[in-house]
This record gives sequence, structure tokens and C-alpha cells, in this order.
Amino acid sequence: MTKQDIRTAFVEELIAVAPDIDPDTLGEEDHLQDDLELDSMDVLNLVTALHQRLKVDIPETDYPQIATVARAVTYLTARVQ
Amino acid sequence: MGIFTMPSLGADMEAGTLVEWLVKPGDEVRRGDAVAVVETQKGAIEIECFQSGKVLELQASLGATLPVGAPLALILGPGEAVEAPEEPQEPETPADGATSETKPFPTMADMPAVAPGLSVATQMPCGAIAASPAARVRARELGIDLATVKGSGPIGAVLLTDLEARKPAVARGKAAPAMMDMRKAIAAAMARSKQTIPHFYLSETIDVQPALEWIEARNADRPPSDRLLLGALFVRATALAAAKVPSVNGQFVDGTLHSTDRVNAGVAVALRGGGLVAPALIDAGAMSVDETMAGMRDLISRARAGRLRSSEMTEGTITISSLGETGAEAMVGVIFPPQVALVGLGAPKLRPWVVDGAVVPRTVVTLTLSVDHRVSDGRQAARFVAEFQSQIASPETL
Repeated sequence: MTKQDIRTAFVEELIAVAPDIDPDTLGEEDHLQDDLELDSMDVLNLVTALHQRLKVDIPETDYPQIATVARAVTYLTARVQ
Repeated sequence: MGIFTMPSLGADMEAGTLVEWLVKPGDEVRRGDAVAVVETQKGAIEIECFQSGKVLELQASLGATLPVGAPLALILGPGEAVEAPEEPQEPETPADGATSETKPFPTMADMPAVAPGLSVATQMPCGAIAASPAARVRARELGIDLATVKGSGPIGAVLLTDLEARKPAVARGKAAPAMMDMRKAIAAAMARSKQTIPHFYLSETIDVQPALEWIEARNADRPPSDRLLLGALFVRATALAAAKVPSVNGQFVDGTLHSTDRVNAGVAVALRGGGLVAPALIDAGAMSVDETMAGMRDLISRARAGRLRSSEMTEGTITISSLGETGAEAMVGVIFPPQVALVGLGAPKLRPWVVDGAVVPRTVVTLTLSVDHRVSDGRQAARFVAEFQSQIASPETL
């Protein structure tokens, strides 16, 4: 799986959780909670979806490492088989 | 034989628009089954049947805006014979004064229905786009031109599901009219609350460190789908405390409190883009903490998707409104009528706290209980707060 595939998967699952986010204006450094206004239930739903799709189990202590698109791609790339 | 009517989904609802039937004539329905979807100011709501039986006839047209109480369907009770012929009997008493008992088949003609040109949508003029009536209504709401949608129905007819696929993309920036409706619904309910309910408030700042540590340990070896949030513990603690203090749990109707053993915990859900709904987690008192969490996940996702059930909109007995993980430290909330209490929870804050005689950093949450003074006093409210606090202090027993 390439970095681009992982980015696509992350953005798709993010938009499934928050359908009003526009992928065209989504910034690499936009913060899920501070900028995109995801709440704790949204973050949990995103983590659940990523677990199902990418088979990466993100423990709670690692949530800060997926807080932006850029960070999430780095984090997930290192863990996806 | 029962007449299934447009229910009131809140004291301020006057009418709803029928957008989808979930049953058809001949279907068996049970009490509590969702039978239709109605568009209201608070979004699309699945309305539930109040009796069991067999659907005899659907009387209302898709797309019709109908007042509360308008007949939607006829339901034959269990054991009742299907004596009725397929065609409605000739009306014996067509006079206006006739009661429903003397008119076995009340018809839409009796009701001041406002059907904005949609009940005739199935009769296509030449060159019109084939689409189901529900899809037409939806397309209009979403501002989608049906000509641009590829239909998957018979003869390429556009179905509701074809639009759902397009909804996220189109809904962006098109939410304004629906949002204004929701704002109006919130304004009406909150103005009514502040005008009719003499609120009083009790606050307590609660150490949630034990609860957070318990959740962290519990979540550590669980897959994301089974993880708990602090919010689920708040709902569970509220349900247990409300069960012990009946004067804050129930609905104030016709001048008296109807308190109940069952706790239907309303959960205030902020919608992305603005607006708020507070559907109830039905019978939250009987749930484990894991069931509470699963119930909240389901409720919140349906609140955001616009698919709540009528019972969830009308049967709440106490509401929990939480500011989530970041934000202000306290909130003094407005009671959601006809309920009589609301639990407002601020965001968790790290504060110096005295534990066993020493000052230590602890994460604390400020609870503010808003209470209807017509039905209870400070003493009962204080009992609720103390109960909540003791539940949160020992999360393993929740």
C-alpha cells in the first residue's frame, strides 16, 4: 500500500465521519479536533473505521499521532502491512 | 381497527412531511416498529407504530405535508378479521359532523393536507424524469436536479438510494434552509422552557480521575469498536442517579409531574454545521456501561444521519448535555420541555485538588443540574448530585 493509498483511505474515512468536510480544502495540517471540530465520538468512529479498513489498531495513547492528515499518513504508513 | 396518525414529535410541531413508507399493505407490524419517515424541523424522523396488527391501507401520499393527527394508515388489530373489501366502502356518513367511529375509512379529503404538487408525481408528463415520489421530495430538499442523477429503479427511475449516494457532496453548503428550520425548533422549545419552567441550579465540581484511569485501563486491550468514552459513564451515572431521585426524572404534563421508574436518558448531540438534537436512550437505567456506550454510538450516528425514531424524540425523561473534551469548564443548561431536569457537564480540566489532605493535580468536571422548581426543591436536586458523584467515583460499579 502506497502513501497515497493510505492518504486516500484516511481522507475517505474522515469524510464518512464528517460529511461536510471538503476534501479539496482539507489541509495537511488541519487538526481533527481544533480545526475540523471532530468530537471524541467522531474520533473513535474514525479510529474504528481505520481499524476495519487498514487493520491497524490505534491505541488511545496514539490518538495525537493521527490528529492531522500529515501525521496520520506517517503513522499509518509505518504500521500498515 | 386502528388509525395510525401523524404523531406530535414535540410540543411545537404542527405538521410533518411524509417522505417514505417503511411498510406496505399486508405487512405485519408490531408496536414500536418504524412504519414511515416524516421530515420535521428537527430532521427526518422514523415514526413508530403504537399498536400491533396488519397494515390494511396506506392513506397518505408521499410528499404530503400533514398536520399532527392526520390519518396516515389503517392498521387491523390482531384477531380482527380482514372483512374489509379492497375498495373503500361507500361512505355512509359523509357529513362533516361524523365521528371516526361512524366512518370506518377516514380519508385524506378530511384533512387540510398541503401536498405541494407531489402526490401526482407518479403520473409522469411526457419527457419528465422517472423518479419515485420520495426521491423527488429528497431531490428538492437537497437541491439536486433529477436529470443529473442516474436512476437504478425500474425504467431507470431515480430512487431515494440514488440520491443518498450524492447527498454528502451536495449537502455541503446547501444545508441553510434545513438549518433555519432546526434553529426555529430550538428557539421555540428553549423560549417555551425559559418562559414556563422556573429553573434553579446546583453545581458541583467532581474529581473524574478514577473514572478516566478506569476507562484507560479498560480500553487498552480493547479494539476501537469496544472502547468506552467518558460520556458513556456520565450517561450511565445519570441514569442510576435519576432512578434514585424520581422528582428529577419524568415529564411535566398538564400541571403535574409524571415520574417514571424507567430512565430514558436524553443525550444532547451537537450537529456538525450547527444545531442540536437531544434524542433519548430508551431505558438507559437497564443498560450496562458497555450497552450504554453502544446505544450512544448508535443514537449519535443516527442523529447525525437524520434517522431518529419518534419515541426517541418524545419519551426522554432527563437530558445530559456535555461540552466534550475541550471548551468551557461549566454549562448552566436550559431544561428540554416537558422534562424537569438537565445535567450540564463542562469540559474536563486539570486543577489542583485536595486528595487525602494533600494538593495534587486532578482532572475534574463541573456538573450543573438545572431543575424545574415546580416539581422539586434543592434537597432532591442535591441528592441527585451526590448520587451522580458517588457513581462516578466508583466506575467499576457503573
